[in-house]
This record gives sequence, C-alpha cells and structure tokens, in this order.
Amino acid sequence: MSANVKSKLGVNAYKVDPESHIVINHDVCKTQCQLKFCAWVCPARVYTLEADGLIHIEHDGCLECGTCVIACRSDALTWRYPKAGQGVQYRFG
Amino acid sequence: MSDKVDVVVIGAGLAGLAAAYHLADAGIETIVVERGDFPGSKNVTGGRLYLHPVRPFFPSDFWNDAPFERAVVKEKLTVLADRASASLEFSSDKFRDEPRHSFTVLRAKFDQWLADQASAKGALIISKNKVDDLIYDGGRVVGVKATDSELLCDCVVVADGALSFLAEKAKMRAARAPRDYAVGVKEIIELPARTIEDRFGVGAGEGAAQLFFGAITAGMLGGGFLYTNRESISLGMVVSIEALAHHEPHIETPELMETLKARAEIAPLIDGGNLVEYSAHVIPEGGIRALPQLVGDGILLAGDAAGLGLNMGITVRGMDFALASGALAARAIKDALSHPERNAVESKEGAQSQDSPLPAASLAAYTQSLRDCFVLKDLQTFAAMPNVLDNARMYTKYPEAIVNILEKMFWIGREPKDKLSATVLREAVKGFGNLDAVRDVVGMLRV
Repeated sequence: MSANVKSKLGVNAYKVDPESHIVINHDVCKTQCQLKFCAWVCPARVYTLEADGLIHIEHDGCLECGTCVIACRSDALTWRYPKAGQGVQYRFG
Repeated sequence: MSDKVDVVVIGAGLAGLAAAYHLADAGIETIVVERGDFPGSKNVTGGRLYLHPVRPFFPSDFWNDAPFERAVVKEKLTVLADRASASLEFSSDKFRDEPRHSFTVLRAKFDQWLADQASAKGALIISKNKVDDLIYDGGRVVGVKATDSELLCDCVVVADGALSFLAEKAKMRAARAPRDYAVGVKEIIELPARTIEDRFGVGAGEGAAQLFFGAITAGMLGGGFLYTNRESISLGMVVSIEALAHHEPHIETPELMETLKARAEIAPLIDGGNLVEYSAHVIPEGGIRALPQLVGDGILLAGDAAGLGLNMGITVRGMDFALASGALAARAIKDALSHPERNAVESKEGAQSQDSPLPAASLAAYTQSLRDCFVLKDLQTFAAMPNVLDNARMYTKYPEAIVNILEKMFWIGREPKDKLSATVLREAVKGFGNLDAVRDVVGMLRV
C-alpha cells in the first residue's frame, strides 16, 4: 500500500536541494528516542526505520508540512524549511 | 546593507497578503517576503473559504474577480461505520443567494490573485526569499534577516503559517504540543467539470462539500473531507498528530488516505479521475487554549501563525480567520503609525525616532479587535470543541450505533418485522444507553 506514496509524490513538482533540510542526530535518535513517531506520521514517508535501528531520510519527497517536527519528542530532529525557492512547488494547493 | 521600510510581512499567505493589501492601501510602505517561488506555491487548504465573515474587511466588489473554484450549494455529512454509512445532505436556496456563502479554493491560484491585489495597491512582494531570523534592538523587533538582505522596519507581521518558526524565535508561543495540531493530507483528482456536476448533482459552477467521520480514522480525532473544484476534486484526511503518534497499532499517514479512497461511499465519486497533486499541511487545532502571545514590540502574529483555526466538527475554518486577522493587523499598525503621540515624539526628536519600532502597547488594539470580532469570539465560544472531538467513541461506537439503527429500519428479512418504534428504541438504548454516552452528550452541550 505504502509503495504507492512514491508514485503519488511523483506527480508533484519539486525543486530538490541536494543538501537536506532535515538532519537527524543519530546518536540522540538511537539512544534517547524509543518512539520513532517520524517513521509513521510523515505523509510522504520521508523517514524509514532501518534494521540497524537508524532512521533513514529521503528529504526530496518532503511535503514541508512539519508533522515530524511536531511529533518528535526528542532533540534528534532538526527540521527547517528548505532554502528559498527550493522544495515542493504546489501547483494546486 | 540594510534597507528600511515601514512594515515587513513574512509569508504571502492569506493573512500576510490581506495585511499587505490594507497597509499598502493606507500608503504604508510594505514588503512581503515569501519563501516559495510565487505566493501560494507553499500553501495548502482543504478547502473552502467562508466569505461572509470577511466581507466587512474588504471592498464590496473585491471578490467579484477572485479565482474561486465553485460556489458551495450542497453540504453533506457522512458518518462511517466499518461496513455501512449514514449521510445527511443539506441544500438550501440560501446558498445560492448573492453574495455567495462559501467557495471552494485552490491556493496556488488564489494566493497569486490576492498577491496581485496587494501589488496593485503598492505592496512589494518578494518571492524566493526566506526570512530566517528577526533583528532585535534592545529587545524590540526592528527588522528581519532574509536570504539576500536585511530589512529594517517599524513593524513585522509574522504570517509564516502554522509552524511559525519565527513566532517561536520571538518566544511568542510555547513549544508546539502534538495535541494542538492536526495533519491534513490531500489529493487533487482531476475530473471533467460535467462529470463533477453530474456526480454531485450540482449546476454549472456550483459545488458540493462533504465531511466524513468514523471508521476511517480508527478512533483517532479527525475525519475526511471532499470539496469539488472546477475541474478537480480535493479529497483528504485530517488527523490529530497526538492521536496519530500514539495509535496502536501504528497507522502510517499515507494509509489513511488509501483507506478513505477505498470506501464504497467515495470510490465511485473519484472513479476515472487523475491524481495531479498530493499535498500535506499542518493545521492549528488547539483553539483559544493554545493561543500564542499575539503582539510584541514591533511585531504581531496573524493567521495560522497566530493559531487561528477552528475545527467545529461540521465546519472547519482557518482561511476566513487569516484574512480577517491580516486586515485587522494592518488597521492596528496604521493607527499606531499615525498616532498623534508617536508623531509628536517624532517631530520633537527629529528623523532619528522614525526608526523606532511600534511598541507592543500601541499594537494592543490588534488583540482587542480580534476579541471584538468573530475571530476570537468564535474561538472562545467553541473553546470546549477540541476536548469534545477528542473522544474515540465519536469515531467508533456512535457511528456504529447510528448505522445499526438505520440498518434495522431499512432491512427487510424473512422474519416479520418488529414495530419501528420498538426497533429504534432498542437499538438506541443499546448504542447510547450508557453512562459514557450521557457524559458525552453533556460535554456536547458545552459547545
């Protein structure tokens, strides 16, 4: 089911900044966060919990809603808006 | 080098652009800084705009040329159980009366139009430019740090949306609590105008709005929505971030959308449609309890950044609050700038004092004006709403109870039927005859 998130994101217009606007402090994430809310609350499935216990980020599909940064209860996540003129470009909104 | 203007507005959404329109109209030098490529390119609505609340804030012919999608003439409320649903459809000629009650909206188009109106009044809108920080002088906000430059001003209007990183930087609101926000996800599904009109039983240019509650959110605070645009349908889900984070078993947000689309009540409505956009946005739902500090020295908050949203279950509002708060922010700034005392000080101290930011006290009229109009009055009236809606029974037990009653009424089986009154009474007692339900009804009486 979630496989089709990728194809949904594929219809959107993006101007992808190679540099991620989302940064995870893996030390904090791995040791202090038991919850990993980001792994399922994100509408774009930007976050994936890998087998090694690390959260993997694919920032280029980010819809810039900020649900992750509201849900995250640890200090592991640094989430900013992408640079000016970068990121998702809503054509309908 | 730094430039100096009267007012900098952060964010070209409805609040920011409404403020810019009115500021520029009053001859106040205004710059709007927008991080997206164009106004609207980062903005999302469900959505529908209720126009009557905001009409007093704009010229009477202002909305005539606005790029609305459809005028909503039909309201539908659908309660979903696992395998059944009950709907209430309401239509009224009042929805056809001019001026119209509400319109569906797509923000990329709508916000560009509103930006054009503000530009025509003389506001300068700078897109592709992000404000990263505020500039302070002695604890007072005196400008903004944007991507390319620093801008100094007498007042900053913070209208950077629900996440409002700048209200956070200005320490005007507490840390975001997951229970005060919902996430909305939406698909834009293209369909020919005629197909939309046939499927929803509306005339050319007319539209329908539909809200869905119940099994689709698995007990979580939230629901589904559907709005008809000219040549597309906006279909989406809104769910409390707190509820989503703690739901067991975990539900991935994208799955909620799939659950909604798979429902027999919805699938035929979007059949054959073409997905052209998938968006997400957070919505402030904390109500009056979560309201931030609205005014500081040289700074005020408007729209979603000020937490001005109201989920009343059957109506969901935010854009009307944004437009009104922007207009009221402009009015407060205009009055503060032209206040005789300020000008007296300026003439005494000379040109130097023209750089002084507007003190919070002089902007306090903004907060009062929000209290005096529908914005904070409605938030106050429905202060208990977030608690009433945050109740799993609303989305599980009660929808089941409602459809059970209807199923027993409509079903004809082999056995002779009981009296209708006996059936309804028996099922109603089964579904609602318990202490929790009584408590919930009492809770509902508070709104």
